[in-house]
Amino acid sequence: MIIPNYRLGPIDLVTLLPYIAMLCIIGFILAIVPLLIWIERVVISLMQDRIGPNRVGPRGLLQTIADGIKLFFKEDIQPRAVDVRIYYLAPVLAMIPALTAGATLPFSTVRFRMEDGSVQTFPMVVGNVNIGILFILAMASLQVYGIILAGWSSNNKYSLLGGLRASAQVISYELAMSLAILSAVLMSGSLNLVHVVEAQMNGFWNWNLFAYPPLGFIITVIYLISMVAETNRAPFDLPEAESELIAGFHTEYSSMKFAMFFMGEYASMLVVSGVAVSLWFGGWTSPLPLLDFIPGFIWFLVKLFALFFVYVWLRASLPRLRYDALMNLGWKRMLPTALVILFLIACWNTLRTPQAQDANPVSEITMAPARAAEGER
Amino acid sequence: MTETDVQAPAERIEITKIREQFPDAILEVNEFRGDTRITVRREQIVEILTLLRDDPDLHFNFFSECLGVDYLNVDDESYILGKPHRFEVVYNLYSLHDPRTGKGRNQRIFIKVGVPEEDPVVPSVTEVYPGANFPEREIYDMFGIRFSGHPDLRRILMADDWVGHPQRKDYPLGGERVQFPDGKYGPAVGDRMVQHPGESFFGKTASEIGDID
Amino acid sequence: MTLESRELNPPSLLAQGVSLDPINEGTMVINMGPQHPSTHGVLRLVLELEGETIVSCTPHMGYVHTGIEKEGEYQTYMKAVTITDRMDYLSAHINNLAYSLSVEKLLGVEVPPRGQYLRVILSEIQRIASHMVWLGTHALDIGAMTVFFFAFREREKLLDLTEMMSGVRMMPSWIVPGGLRGDAPEGWLERCKKVMDELPYRFDEYETLIDQNPIWRERTQGIGIISAEDCYALGVSGPTLRGCGVPHDIRRAAPYCGFDQFEFGIPIGDYGDVYDRYRVRMAEMRQSREIIKQALERIPDGPINVSDRKVVPPPRYELDSSMEAVIHHFKLWTEGFHPPVGEAYVPVESPKGEIGFYIVSDGSNYPWRMHERPPSFMNLQALAKMCEGRLIADVVAIIGSIDIVLGEIDR
Repeated sequence: MIIPNYRLGPIDLVTLLPYIAMLCIIGFILAIVPLLIWIERVVISLMQDRIGPNRVGPRGLLQTIADGIKLFFKEDIQPRAVDVRIYYLAPVLAMIPALTAGATLPFSTVRFRMEDGSVQTFPMVVGNVNIGILFILAMASLQVYGIILAGWSSNNKYSLLGGLRASAQVISYELAMSLAILSAVLMSGSLNLVHVVEAQMNGFWNWNLFAYPPLGFIITVIYLISMVAETNRAPFDLPEAESELIAGFHTEYSSMKFAMFFMGEYASMLVVSGVAVSLWFGGWTSPLPLLDFIPGFIWFLVKLFALFFVYVWLRASLPRLRYDALMNLGWKRMLPTALVILFLIACWNTLRTPQAQDANPVSEITMAPARAAEGER
Repeated sequence: MTETDVQAPAERIEITKIREQFPDAILEVNEFRGDTRITVRREQIVEILTLLRDDPDLHFNFFSECLGVDYLNVDDESYILGKPHRFEVVYNLYSLHDPRTGKGRNQRIFIKVGVPEEDPVVPSVTEVYPGANFPEREIYDMFGIRFSGHPDLRRILMADDWVGHPQRKDYPLGGERVQFPDGKYGPAVGDRMVQHPGESFFGKTASEIGDID
Repeated sequence: MTLESRELNPPSLLAQGVSLDPINEGTMVINMGPQHPSTHGVLRLVLELEGETIVSCTPHMGYVHTGIEKEGEYQTYMKAVTITDRMDYLSAHINNLAYSLSVEKLLGVEVPPRGQYLRVILSEIQRIASHMVWLGTHALDIGAMTVFFFAFREREKLLDLTEMMSGVRMMPSWIVPGGLRGDAPEGWLERCKKVMDELPYRFDEYETLIDQNPIWRERTQGIGIISAEDCYALGVSGPTLRGCGVPHDIRRAAPYCGFDQFEFGIPIGDYGDVYDRYRVRMAEMRQSREIIKQALERIPDGPINVSDRKVVPPPRYELDSSMEAVIHHFKLWTEGFHPPVGEAYVPVESPKGEIGFYIVSDGSNYPWRMHERPPSFMNLQALAKMCEGRLIADVVAIIGSIDIVLGEIDR
């Protein structure tokens, strides 16, 4: 589908694209979270052979909306001995980085017919920066501050333990996660997520998942594991372990502050899943070239929901890891494996250096911000 | 074959052994439907249980439980069944057969000690059987029988500041202190109704309310 | 008639001005429960932590103390059976059975074979149902959520059997001194057979979910180890004892209700850790099913109650035609029966361990003293030993593995 580049004075659609993408990202995340919770509840109830939500709306579809409204109108309880400023800052810190990390995540392409009649493809991304992956890593690690500070400021021992667990867990898993991401960078030869996705175009056999077999597959599994750990979801939900620490870091949070933790958790699930889709599963591209007529964002959504389904699946089937086992898995198994794979990929790339030069083809996608900057000049 | 030899198999080996070691410890032996209950002197209960546990022929290795019984007849303040003492503590011991070692006889025996009301103290057997810890605390809680040498003799089921020992037969039963609109208390359950003695909430102990007689 | 003096009741620590803040430098005291999702009720544990490692663990209980033993002294023997349900509310039939056996021992009566068989079937159904709750909650504590719903799905079928028999799901009071309150209704045995035929697939399903799961093994193996000698000394019985490798089962060691006529194995563990206790209970469910299958095949016809009209009320149809039946009915439900003076204790293998009612009779129609040997209460003593030096996450696994019911601990 080709859209004419409408223009109103100095503003044209291409210039507006990052803003549209921003609205899409924020709106999507905020709007999709209730749906995700509903999907999770329905899927998990089907897996557990029970009925699941079915009271509010068709098949309980409006249940999460109702829950949200309830949370919104709940009394905002503030325990007596909390560290007030940090206590209020923590839920914000848990939610904002998760939303911000979506900024460099390309989720589709749009083709515009320019004034000169040429057709150009632009990525749907808020900030098409060259270090997009680093930005996402930075934001993902910022998010843990929300949890640690919540645990600290609540003045509750369970929360404190939850915060401690979260910090230890995120530190351990971020290493493996970064190494996995670095491997993808090596595979694609760019830190820009748009380029990474572009390198995986034209069919699923080009996905990084199947690159350098079997290294790509192993490193994808490592990324998926550390992605679950990073977002504190089952079986890695130690910081909020229901049966051990009651609710861990958000024991003392109620009302909208609790809802913000919840939103933050789901937003970060979406973002890390989106990163996984972009890095390993071909991003917005279709798995088969003949399916190219389907718009990119639909493919992106399909892959995103597939990964979300994996989250739910894990939650339904696996027991929770213990603290020390989690550390063992992170430091003794995943980190060395990821290091070895990174090394092997690097060696491989070095050995076929001539091709590696060409491995980064000239992009057919126009870098929208760059063009906008040129236009201003 | 003398007459005592004929009677000997009828007497259980536990009784013989205890009698050998502690000639005057056994006060009474009671057989009822195949169970043997031996009432012993309470001063020697620790030694007797140690004997029962350690003697290779007896080998009562499994501490099943211990419980208290109050024999007070509240109507005339006498003790029922002609008991010379108000309380009894019953130790329920079992010789558990472990095929790995071949020890144990699958036998059960009940050892009793009488406890007078004036001096409700029994030597604790937690040194012999650590499992007596909780049951002894329960007996202390419910009957007010103290166990000397118990490592941690606190109330276990009732609140820490509870007044009275509920399983005693003279523990007053009656209505809770429920305030009705006309200022009267709730209905009585029995004739022996007094106001409820054990307000357990912090700061509202019975002594502070002034309700203890 | 004096109340106990205050010296015996030292004021609470709070009242003495002792704060419950850290005992030592560097350790943290954390209060787990009474409102905690995985203490299986209202158990309260005071844990002293060094990091997340447990230095000491002190259980506090009594939050659901309802004075059941005291209450039993003010009920006739026939009526007291209803409060025994409420002790271990997950294995009501077995509590009823233990109580009834003790009263029957006092009375010196024995239940006819059909009654025995029905008791066996009911108590084994109850054992499976209780183990289902244990499995579900234990798995939920460890974080495996699905097993909980699967186990409760099957438990519902077992409770339906109880309901079909007695009209009540959890507090049936169907086993009473002298027999049962009524015979199995029409079609009950067939339905029971059908449920039993289905169970092995379900057991396999649970084991598929958790048995070979490396996380589950890692969470349970080598955790909460206790030796057989410690179990003896602490009075720990039941699957916890069998997990240490001691094949002690009261159904075999001191058979009641004709359990010696059934063929069943006594599953044992090797190391006495959480995993062994899990394996023992899973195997026990299969063995219980075997017992039920045998009982269903061999159940004889005939009366279910003791024929003595001084103990068991006459059936309803007799009341229409017989004056004696009316008199017996009236006397039994108002005054009850008078067992001879004596004391009785019959141990019974409950899902938690050795349960038994120590009943002191003074010859009247009320039990003078009705004491339950609470297996959970005794098993709980092992908790501190099992927990020391472990992590918080292990505490919930260990609590789950000793399978406590607070209704029975606090009574």
